[in-house]
Amino acid sequence: MILTLLWTDIMVWTLIFIVGLWGWSVSRSPQVKKQWHTIFRSSIAMASATVLLFYLLFTLLDSVHFRLATPSTDTKSQQVQYGEMTSLLDLLFSHNIKNTERTYSAPFATHEYAQSIIVDENGATKQKYLPLKHVSEDDNVTQKSIFAIFIGLVISGLLIFGHIVWRKRKGFKRELPWRTAYLTLLFLIVIFTWFYMLSYSHHVLGTDKVGGDVLYHSLKSIRTGVLIGILTTLIMLPVAIILGVSAGLFGGWVDDVIQYLYTTLSSIPGVLLIAAGVLSMQVMMDNNPTWFETTLERSDLRLLFLILILGITSWTGLCRLLRAETLKISQIEFVTAAKAFGVGKLTTIRRHIIPNLMHIILISVVLDFSGLVLAEAVLSYVGVGVDPTMHSWGNMINQARLEMAREPMVWWSLFSAFVFMFILVLAANLLSDRIQTVLDPRNKS
Amino acid sequence: MSNILSVENLSLSIDKQRLLKDISFEIKQGEVFALVGESGSGKSLTSLAIMRLLPDVISVSAGDIKLKEKSLFALPEYEMQKIRGRSIAMIFQEPMSALNPVMTVGEQVAEVLKVHLGLKNEAAKRKVISLFKEVSLKDPEERYNWYPHQLSGGQKQRVMIAIALACEPDLLIADEPTTALDVTIQAQVLELLKKIREERNLSILFITHDMAVVSQMADRVAVMKEGEILEEAECKAFFSNPQHPYTKSLLRDAMEKKEDRETKEKSEKLLEIEDLKVHFPIKKGFFQRTVGYVKAVDGVTLSISRGKTLALVGESGSGKSTIGQAILSLVHITHGRVAFENKNLATLSETALKPYRRKIQIVFQDPFSALNPRMTIGNIIREGMVSLGVGPNNRIEQDKYIKELLLKVELEVGYFGRYPHEFSGGQRQRIGIARALAVNPELIICDEPTSALDVSVRAQVLKLLKKLQQESGVSYLFITHDLSIVPIIADEVAVMKEGKIVEQGSVVNVMDNPQHEYTQKLLKSAPKLPNKREKNDNTI
Repeated sequence: MILTLLWTDIMVWTLIFIVGLWGWSVSRSPQVKKQWHTIFRSSIAMASATVLLFYLLFTLLDSVHFRLATPSTDTKSQQVQYGEMTSLLDLLFSHNIKNTERTYSAPFATHEYAQSIIVDENGATKQKYLPLKHVSEDDNVTQKSIFAIFIGLVISGLLIFGHIVWRKRKGFKRELPWRTAYLTLLFLIVIFTWFYMLSYSHHVLGTDKVGGDVLYHSLKSIRTGVLIGILTTLIMLPVAIILGVSAGLFGGWVDDVIQYLYTTLSSIPGVLLIAAGVLSMQVMMDNNPTWFETTLERSDLRLLFLILILGITSWTGLCRLLRAETLKISQIEFVTAAKAFGVGKLTTIRRHIIPNLMHIILISVVLDFSGLVLAEAVLSYVGVGVDPTMHSWGNMINQARLEMAREPMVWWSLFSAFVFMFILVLAANLLSDRIQTVLDPRNKS
Repeated sequence: MSNILSVENLSLSIDKQRLLKDISFEIKQGEVFALVGESGSGKSLTSLAIMRLLPDVISVSAGDIKLKEKSLFALPEYEMQKIRGRSIAMIFQEPMSALNPVMTVGEQVAEVLKVHLGLKNEAAKRKVISLFKEVSLKDPEERYNWYPHQLSGGQKQRVMIAIALACEPDLLIADEPTTALDVTIQAQVLELLKKIREERNLSILFITHDMAVVSQMADRVAVMKEGEILEEAECKAFFSNPQHPYTKSLLRDAMEKKEDRETKEKSEKLLEIEDLKVHFPIKKGFFQRTVGYVKAVDGVTLSISRGKTLALVGESGSGKSTIGQAILSLVHITHGRVAFENKNLATLSETALKPYRRKIQIVFQDPFSALNPRMTIGNIIREGMVSLGVGPNNRIEQDKYIKELLLKVELEVGYFGRYPHEFSGGQRQRIGIARALAVNPELIICDEPTSALDVSVRAQVLKLLKKLQQESGVSYLFITHDLSIVPIIADEVAVMKEGKIVEQGSVVNVMDNPQHEYTQKLLKSAPKLPNKREKNDNTI
């Protein structure tokens, strides 16, 4: 087995590392720490954060890629053969990858969704619902469900108990609404174990056109959505901060150039830029098929490119905000005092301006996150989003689009993509709302 | 005389905390009743309670307010609406924010007349113009069509008074009506209020923190502190014979104390400014062409001696703060010489300037914006030391040095790791002073350091500044608009008007025997406490 990390994997883990560092620095500043406590004193924020962490967990599970050694048929050769790239999440759901059906089937169904024409022994043609290959008819769903829920309760109970004990030992003074977090966690874990354990014997959320398991699709799509949400901000932030702050602080021609730049950029339709970028990338990749060992690497590069383009087109809004705020802050007397002390421009930016912009940056990052997740869905639907072979909610919707017109309707693909995306975006929006309420100085009165 | 308003045992509270405790007073017909106190004493809350405009979280826990024997708290909201503006009118401290910027001032006054008196367009306009005449606005017909931004601060306050008078109220509440105005304008507005009071036999509830204004305006005075009325008396008796110790200390702090600042032999000149000009270009159009200049400072010559204080006095917009910034090389100097220890700073580059940055420091007006809210007190003071290489190099020694500084400006060592928002205005101003002192400067530019502070805090800060001067021999350039503190702090004084110095000389000469007519006008406009002369005569 060898560990092969994709570009996006490296970026995700770097980001996690940076967030960790930031968290560590936050924990040393009592002022900022207190702010975060205030944010999480709301039970909605606590529940949203739990949901987001759950999504993040799946992203991370899906961001550890490796290639397993395939048992070599030729015993003499010492060369070890490696198969396709898989992630931890793929290992967890390996049974679902294997158990593909022929075509559509509804959630928990035992037979296919549409009738097939078969010719029996007598040579007569008949229309018949074919049974699914990997689902047995005489299965007791209720009994299995009860067992799965029990297991889920035990797991979450252990986790929560462990956390309570740890909290007691640390003796935290400030009270947070842990009970809400525990309830959310309990709910999430029970639902997940129920899905997971039943996925061995059923297609819990049905199957798609080529018989792939929809639950597995939806879970794999989490990575794509979350990645586009957070990595785009990672690319956009430095550009927006550097340009915004320099425009506001230095003024003069620097300000003019940056203003003209973002005015020009924001007057070009975003979709046009993205389509042009993605299509030219596609042409380049098609001309150089030797660049990639696996299809996964190929689609990953396309994802990365999409993230880059989204980042380039979306920094203008934040840059504008930061420029205005920097203009304001640079007129405040503590900046004048720093000038009178002969403090350099860079130190002034680092020490006086950036810390006072932090609330704007944070608020716009969380607000942008949900917008970007939705943007991915729209772009993939239009066909300029991620690679068609990649699991993403946009692709799921795109594929399910034609089946909406079918009678009876195939609803589960669309429904699952919608529910998974909706929960993520809702949680992000609720959390950003709370962060905005607490951090925005205009709300203090 | 009958009582227009009587407040009876009024108590306000938020949760369990009591904000006002048992307030009682009456205002009679045609009387000016002054409510005096420092910030946070509850004076504005009292006025809001009278208008029934208290925020929802604050509840009236006891007491009653009666307007002409009618209890205001018993009225339903729609009747209260009629009382507001019609029977009780209010004028505010900040005329800029009290007027709607997108309506002409005439329309704004007319609106009140239409709503409360039901006047029609033509009649309303005629009434507005007569009101504008009454508040002595020039060219009232023309002013009717002006927007608020076209008027000066004093004119806006006149419009506010016109709105307040529009419906011939029984009671006018004036909440610090002149605090945001310059002295000369303040004198005019106070004069106007007095005139209107006499003409209309109006009752005025005058809320202020300025003892001198009270002595000019009020018939009766009540002093508030922490939600309680400590003393209530006739104006004359109040100033000649204050009863409560707090009142006594307030009056003492507000009093001009002339000190015998022995003028020693001419000491050496620390800073000399010659023919300083600072012109800001006005840029217009697509290519930012310079179409003209704002002459903020226009040919100023002055000098400061070592260990002395020069007070730079002037009204807002006179260019006094720009001089301070020019000395620190924070603005571009158009012309002239700023010589510090005979070295012209105006021509130096930023690196060559660095040694001089250590020697000249600044203390700001607004203690709330002068300190970075994201830094601890210790780090705020440390910043200049590190940047300019003053004091010890290692962190532990620096901490010790900073803690000594904190003690020096009469703060506690424990404040070291705390953040600015935990401190009051006076404490923050001390932190600002400590920050300036940290680099051992020889000249500190004090840009209105006391104008945002309460009277008693102001006295303490001034005392601290003087003490520090005696200890370390630092010089001050004290920029202020408040003439009453000039004799306390300064050795010399320069009076500025429109970018030029009209008069300068020793404090005794200029204050007692002003030569220039602008100085005379300033001194005449400044409100004075009645028994100032006697006090001084007693002490000398």
